[in-house]
Amino acid sequence: MRKLLMAAALAMTAGTALAQDTVRLGTEGAYPPFNFINDAGDVAGFEREVGDELCKRAGLTCEWVTNEWDSIIPNLQSGNYDVIIAGMTITDEREEVIDFSQNYYPPAASAYAAASADADFRTGIVSAQVSTLQATHVAESGATLLEFATPEETISAVNNGEAVAVFAEKDYLRPFVAESGGALMFVGDDITIGGGVGLGFRSSDTDLRAKFDAGITAMKADGTLNALIEKYFGPEGLKF
Amino acid sequence: MFAACADPKAIEGLTWALCYLTSGKHLDFYWSFLVVLALLAITAPAALAFGFGGATAARSGFLPARWLGNVYIAMVRGVPDIIFFLFFVIALDQAIEWTKHQIVCPDWTEPVRQGLEFRVCPDAKVPHSSSAAIWHQAYGFFVAAMTFAIVFGAFVANVLYGAMQAVPRAELETGEAYGMSSAQVFRRILVPQMWVYALPGLSNLWMILIKATPLLFLLGIRDVVFYARELGSTKTQAFDYPHGDWRLYYFLGLLVFYLALTRLSEIVLNRLSSRISRGQATAAGDALRKAGA
Repeated sequence: MRKLLMAAALAMTAGTALAQDTVRLGTEGAYPPFNFINDAGDVAGFEREVGDELCKRAGLTCEWVTNEWDSIIPNLQSGNYDVIIAGMTITDEREEVIDFSQNYYPPAASAYAAASADADFRTGIVSAQVSTLQATHVAESGATLLEFATPEETISAVNNGEAVAVFAEKDYLRPFVAESGGALMFVGDDITIGGGVGLGFRSSDTDLRAKFDAGITAMKADGTLNALIEKYFGPEGLKF
Repeated sequence: MFAACADPKAIEGLTWALCYLTSGKHLDFYWSFLVVLALLAITAPAALAFGFGGATAARSGFLPARWLGNVYIAMVRGVPDIIFFLFFVIALDQAIEWTKHQIVCPDWTEPVRQGLEFRVCPDAKVPHSSSAAIWHQAYGFFVAAMTFAIVFGAFVANVLYGAMQAVPRAELETGEAYGMSSAQVFRRILVPQMWVYALPGLSNLWMILIKATPLLFLLGIRDVVFYARELGSTKTQAFDYPHGDWRLYYFLGLLVFYLALTRLSEIVLNRLSSRISRGQATAAGDALRKAGA
C-alpha cells in the first residue's frame, strides 16, 4: 500500500513538474470599472487588463477566480487563490494580515452620493459596502451605517430610500451618478483615504510578490498603466 | 450568439431583448438551474444513504455503533444549518488537502498552519492549481453536495429511526416464527414495511431540501440566486446591455421556479404515498381498500 502511494505521489509530482504552475487571481467581479463580470460571463475591467499584462510580463500562466468581497482575505489565506486583485486599498489593518504590492492605482477620493442636495449624510443613514474603508469611515463619522455585501446594493439602498446617501469610491460612483438622469448627485466634500489600490498576497509568498511588484514598476515607467487608467476611468482617473 | 447582437448598444426593442436574454451570462444563468437540479439529484440519495446508515447504527445492538449513530444525529441536528455549512465546507476542504499533503509531500518541513494561513505544498492542492476552472467548480460543488447530504442525512436518520420503531412488533415476530435470522427480518420485513411510516417525514425533508438549495450561494457556488442578483443589479454603460435595477423580476422568476418545483414534488409524493399505503394496516391503507371495494 505504502509503495503504491509513493508511486502515485511520484507520478503526481512528475506530472506537475512539466506543467507550469498556474497563478490564480482572485477578484470580486462586482466593482466596475475595476472588475466586473461582463455580459459574456467573463471577468473584465481595469484590473483584468492590468492582471493579464502583469502575468504576461512575468511569464506566468494566470487564471481568474471570483470570490465574495467579505471573505476575500480568508480565502486567500486558505489558498483558494494566490493574489487578490479586487480594487483593494492598502491600509495598515490589512497589512497586518496580508502583504501588499506597491499601488497600481493612486490614492483615490471617496464621495457621498445622495438623492437630494440637502441629504443629511452626517447624521442620517449612510450605506457602504461591508469590510471597506468607507464603511469604517461612516461608522466613525457619526452617521448610522447600513452595510451591504455588494457595492451595487449600496446604491440601490439610496434609490429605494433605505439610506439617505451612499459612501464609496468616487471612481465607482461616477458612472452611476452620471447615468441616473439627475436622480443621484454627489454631496459634501471628497475624502481621500488609504494608500491607493494594491495587489494582496499571502505574507509567505514573497517571491510571487516581487515578480508582480517588478511588473507594476515597469508598467508605471513605460506609461502602459496610465493608458489603461485613461481607458477605464476617463479623464477624471488619477494618473501616476 | 446571433449576428444581430454584434453591437448591443445600436439595437433596441425585441432584438435587444432577444440578444440580452441570450448573452453569455444569461446562458450561464440557465445552466445554473441544472446545477440546482443536479444538487437535488445527488444530495437526495446521498442523504438517504447517510440517514439509513445513521438510523441503522443508532438502533444497532453494538454499543460503539449506537454511540456513533446517536452522536451524528444529535450533533448535526443541534447545530444551526448555516453555521454548519460555513464551518464544515472549510473543514472538509482543509482535511482533504491536509491528508493529501501527508501523502504527497512527506519531506515538507514548513508548518501547514502559519498564523492565519493554511499552506500545504503546491502538489497537495485539491484540485491542483493548474487544473481547468471546471474542476475547481466541480470540486466546490462536490464539497457542497457532501455537506448538504451530511446535514440532511441526520434528519433522515431520525425519521427512519422513528419509522423502524413504528413497524408493528407482531409483523417482525411472524418473520422470526418462520425461522428467519434477525438480518433476514431486517431486510425482508422491517425495511420494506417502514417506508409507509417514513414517507411523511421524508417528504417534508425533501421540500425543505428544495428550499435550502439557495444556501449554495453562501458556499460560493454560482447558483440561480447568484446569477439572479448579478444579472438583476443595475448595469452602467460599462456593460453591453445597460439597465436599471431589475432584481425584482429575476427573483420573481426564481419564485416561480421554486413554486413549480415544490408543486411537482407534492404531486409525485402524493402518488408515491398512496402506492406504498396499498395493503398496509394503516388508516391510509384502509381507505384505499374501501375505495377499491
